[in-house]
Amino acid sequence: MQINSEERLDLETSLPVKRQIFSYGMTAIVIILTALAILPLFSILFSILQQGLPQLSWQTFTSLPAPTGMVGEVDGFGNAIVGTAIMVGIATLMSVPIGVLTAIFLAEFSQGSVIANFVRFVVTILSGVPSIVVGVFAYGVIVISTKEFSALAGSFALAVVMLPIVVLSTESALLLVPKAQKLASAGLGATRLQTTVKVVLASALPGIMTGILLAIARAAGETAPLIFTALFSDNWFDTLLSPTSSLSVLIYNYISSGFVEKYNMAWTAALVLLGLIMILNISARLLTRKKP
Amino acid sequence: MHDSSELKSYITTPDRIGFNQSFTGLVKGFAVFTVLLLFWMVWIILSAAFPAIQAFGLGFFLSQTWDVNALVFGALPYIYGTFATSLIALIIGVPVAIAVALVTSETFLPNWVRSPLAAMVEIVAAIPSVIIGLWGFFILIPFLDPVQLWMFKTLSWMPLFGTEPIGGQGGIFVAGVILAIMILPTIATISRDVLTALPADLRSASRALGATHWETLFRVVLPTAAPGILGAITLGLGRAMGETMAVTMVIGNSPQFTVSLLNLGATIPSILANQFAEALDALHIGALMYLALALFGLTLLVNIAAVMIVKTLEQR
Repeated sequence: MQINSEERLDLETSLPVKRQIFSYGMTAIVIILTALAILPLFSILFSILQQGLPQLSWQTFTSLPAPTGMVGEVDGFGNAIVGTAIMVGIATLMSVPIGVLTAIFLAEFSQGSVIANFVRFVVTILSGVPSIVVGVFAYGVIVISTKEFSALAGSFALAVVMLPIVVLSTESALLLVPKAQKLASAGLGATRLQTTVKVVLASALPGIMTGILLAIARAAGETAPLIFTALFSDNWFDTLLSPTSSLSVLIYNYISSGFVEKYNMAWTAALVLLGLIMILNISARLLTRKKP
Repeated sequence: MHDSSELKSYITTPDRIGFNQSFTGLVKGFAVFTVLLLFWMVWIILSAAFPAIQAFGLGFFLSQTWDVNALVFGALPYIYGTFATSLIALIIGVPVAIAVALVTSETFLPNWVRSPLAAMVEIVAAIPSVIIGLWGFFILIPFLDPVQLWMFKTLSWMPLFGTEPIGGQGGIFVAGVILAIMILPTIATISRDVLTALPADLRSASRALGATHWETLFRVVLPTAAPGILGAITLGLGRAMGETMAVTMVIGNSPQFTVSLLNLGATIPSILANQFAEALDALHIGALMYLALALFGLTLLVNIAAVMIVKTLEQR
């Protein structure tokens, strides 16, 4: 290649202005866009604190919703907090055993096999199913057959939402356990069950707990699977087979109520729900950070 | 890849064989159950949608009328709403997400700014969509009202912006903006992981040849990362199409078909959220199930595409 000697000697001048402008311009653009991207977060947090804090009191957690349109009554959403806790609790009891055992199958019993790849593929697809479709499924399975909107249907829907999260996070936690540990356990005469429970699960426990907490946080905030399965109720939790309130559905219902007091309570419920979810998220992260 | 000798190294004494086999069986059984769950879901929704499939056939997707009282159902407004809002979300969200991915993976800012930035972007993904909807309803809609009015005034010669926005009620465009906010963390986080996983040699080689930082990004880094970023965008699209609550709370939920993005509209998830609890007639429930089936199929296709893109990337 012919190199122009005059240009070649020109090593001390800086970049042409055009290229410099391009560099600085692009840097400015991406930084501005990034600032724009986190702006909604601050706006959301600020408005929730500003609008939700004034109504927050002890009664909010312990009393039932005041009748719509009545001003000055004690207003709260204790029943929604209980409802969310019960439904998420049952969903956890349903999804965690199934999820953890499926993950054990994927990580310990069938690594690299065609079946395992297929199961993993299905779980990944399952994690992408919109939560409203899961709600429709729970409606078809439970609401149609029992002819009643119920906490059970809501829990079932939440369990289906949680399952893929539990499977995928547990599997990645199990895969982090060093192979040497498993071989050592087998070498000492442990059976597959003993190795899996006492060695693999034990050392992967923080990672598994992180996954479970993240799944719980996700389920606690879900609304779409609940609006036509658990529906809503203005009373305390009754039975598993009756309509049950939840924090997320309460926020949605109050927005369409048209009453200012209800709008304010929706903000407070959002504050409580977001606080709960942030605590779950932070503890999930702390669990894996403290790894020995 | 996997060493099968590990599996054979387990010693099984006779009294433990039964116990161990039942454990293996249990684990397999639950894995099979998880797989069956997906097929169960398809079966339940398909069989519940059957009355509507029989009544309306494929013409369902091209018909504009949705009349609950007359029991005539057509899905076009919701299909259009779903695609329109998702496309707006991608048009707004993708450039911003790539910018965020670049800022958090490159060295434009010092590290003590970058890591909190990345964490903040991820926090948005943890906020429940009903809370984003609440914010959208009270804060974003009033904020976007003047923007929408300006769009109408300058662009109303285009059918896409051809109707005067209804103040304070939101609409398709507002729903698209809120979806952009919601899918941004997904796209940004995955793209950042793709960018940081690229070999450093690529950059060094490009810089050594005299390219500036940005020339390296545009000609070397971004083209190499393109398949991974495409996978991230596809995942974001799947999320946008299925997103329910935030959209329902800002789109206005009008079953009227409209081309204009400034008008009130509805998406498949939003109409499901709106009408399911009150649906009593078998054909109405069937039509909603048919919509759910269509949404299920669409997101399934998009998610499978995303998995395939990521897989081919892993193989390279």
